[in-house]
Amino acid sequence: MAIKLFGAVGSTATLRVKACLAEKGLEYEFVNVDMSKQEHKSPEFLSRNPFGQVPAFEDGDLKLFESRAITQYLAHTYTDKGTDLIIKDPKQMAILAVWIEVESQKFEPASSKLAWELAYKPMFGMTTDEAVVEENEKKLEQVLDVYESRLSESKYLGGESFTLTDLHHLPNIKYLMGTQTKKVFDARPHVSAWAADILSRPAWVKATTT
Amino acid sequence: MATPPVKVYGPALSTAVSRVLVCLLEKDVPFQLVPVSMAKLEHKKPDYIKMQPFGQVPAFQDEDITLFESRAICRYIAEKYPNKGTAGLFGTNPLVKASIDQWLEAESQSFNPPSSVLTFQLVFASRMKLKQDEALIKQNEAKLVKVLDVYENRLESSRYLAGDEFTFADLSHLPNTQYLVDKTDRAELFTSRKNVSRWWSEISTRTAWKKVVEMQNA
Repeated sequence: MAIKLFGAVGSTATLRVKACLAEKGLEYEFVNVDMSKQEHKSPEFLSRNPFGQVPAFEDGDLKLFESRAITQYLAHTYTDKGTDLIIKDPKQMAILAVWIEVESQKFEPASSKLAWELAYKPMFGMTTDEAVVEENEKKLEQVLDVYESRLSESKYLGGESFTLTDLHHLPNIKYLMGTQTKKVFDARPHVSAWAADILSRPAWVKATTT
Repeated sequence: MATPPVKVYGPALSTAVSRVLVCLLEKDVPFQLVPVSMAKLEHKKPDYIKMQPFGQVPAFQDEDITLFESRAICRYIAEKYPNKGTAGLFGTNPLVKASIDQWLEAESQSFNPPSSVLTFQLVFASRMKLKQDEALIKQNEAKLVKVLDVYENRLESSRYLAGDEFTFADLSHLPNTQYLVDKTDRAELFTSRKNVSRWWSEISTRTAWKKVVEMQNA
């Protein structure tokens, strides 16, 4: 198969790419990287991702790492397949690009630290650092206040349709909804409705259950 | 001469503002730099928030479009002016584009966080009369070292990060690295690594970046 995804079950970055592949309706081979056996630090894997992180990706001769570079590649390459995850109009695409950066620069840092403390650490029998949780919930609240305002004027973050920026949020939101941080989303009606909407997309359900 | 339609709001000293400035200069796009006094909290005022809802610099306007987030602004500039100035900053074919996006994400996710913390702690904290956090500095230096080791390896076989040409993936590293090399005692993080040092030398001596540094030191 031309498309191969090298990733780990439970990795948010791997899920980000799986979500994109599902939205585009693309067939691919999933190669499991067993992180408990340090497979992500093996010389073979490091040749695919020199940072020793999942996922890594292949499409024929093209090899890529960084989930958001992979999703952008898929969205721009397979424009005739599945959901349109980008916007053709240059001005609207420019606005979408802004909100893609917002997820990357603002939402990801706070939400990933919270997911690590509240969702992953308990799974590994590690102790949650409450100070980190408090600090990052405050940061997340400030970010989601901006989202609340944005989503009161725009159906989705990037515009009137579901696009790459909404998709990029899915993995971290999924994990946070299973923790105390859910309340931060619930307290903001537009954010809450948007989260519920994107979490119920059939492609997302497929990505998280297969 | 008419006022350029392109406006960048924010001080040249800001790393994010300087990222946009170097992009505009590389692309030969005339612009107006509109000062925003952060000391006077101008970036938190309602008129500014309308442009940048997070109350940060830069904000950007070009005719009827308003944008924020420096990397998104740079994409817009390269897209709108493909035939001006330096070509191919974001790649001209899909495979090159993908490689640039990959190393740009590496900058965003792996290089930017620790280098931003170090820049703030080692350059701006004392200017703002704030106490340096030694633990935070140590933690982030350790993270940055790991990233620079990856870059050192990459740049052994590649002239620039994404390939043989200078691209936005390289450009995006200029702001933080300039501060760390020029204004701190941690320059050796970069200069002690043969390939990183060579790469830094090449990208930092480009005319456009030298002009931005002049603006920062003015």
